[in-house]
Amino acid sequence: MSYTITAMAFLIASALFDLFGTKIALLRRRAFWSSYAIILPFQLLTNWWLTSRNIVMYRSGAITGLRIASAPVEDLFFGFALVLSVLTLWVKAGKKD
Amino acid sequence: MGKWGYVGMLAFTVLGSFWLEIAFRVRVLQRIKRALFAIAPVALVFIIWDALAIAHHDWSFDPQQILGIIGPFQIPLEEYLFFLVVPLAAIMTIEAVRRVKPHWHIGDET
Repeated sequence: MSYTITAMAFLIASALFDLFGTKIALLRRRAFWSSYAIILPFQLLTNWWLTSRNIVMYRSGAITGLRIASAPVEDLFFGFALVLSVLTLWVKAGKKD
Repeated sequence: MGKWGYVGMLAFTVLGSFWLEIAFRVRVLQRIKRALFAIAPVALVFIIWDALAIAHHDWSFDPQQILGIIGPFQIPLEEYLFFLVVPLAAIMTIEAVRRVKPHWHIGDET
């Protein structure tokens, strides 16, 4: 479950970075959750594409085996952490303008 | 799709997001330095994770469905592009949301 553990760690780290590391706190913003609501279906669709066609394959020991639309549930955490961290830094960079 | 399988996903993401530049005038590409400032550190951390996961065989890529251009740390070209294309799409999305809902502040308003 190495992917599971790392994905959870990245999810938590991205939330801590947003809320306390940068104090940007996008997690408390309606605009962020609305954006993620738009991104999520595309995330599910692209994850489905990559996994159902076996473009990306996972070692069974690395994941829980719980899958959503063909993709390991870990991929959702991975994507959320990626999107949140980038958007946090995007806002932070904008404050300097 | 053959070797264009992974590239197809990237192209879809670009097509699905870059039209916001025109339709919603999100001006993310005009602010590419700010975008790269936001993306680079995050991409670096995720690429390190990617490299370690590939080295541990946690995940792998079908050589028949990628272009076959393998960069540093055994990471395919598509995977590097993923960490540019997906963040840009996310930034364009939140900027489009702001265009529609300008009163929904995100924290960089002056």
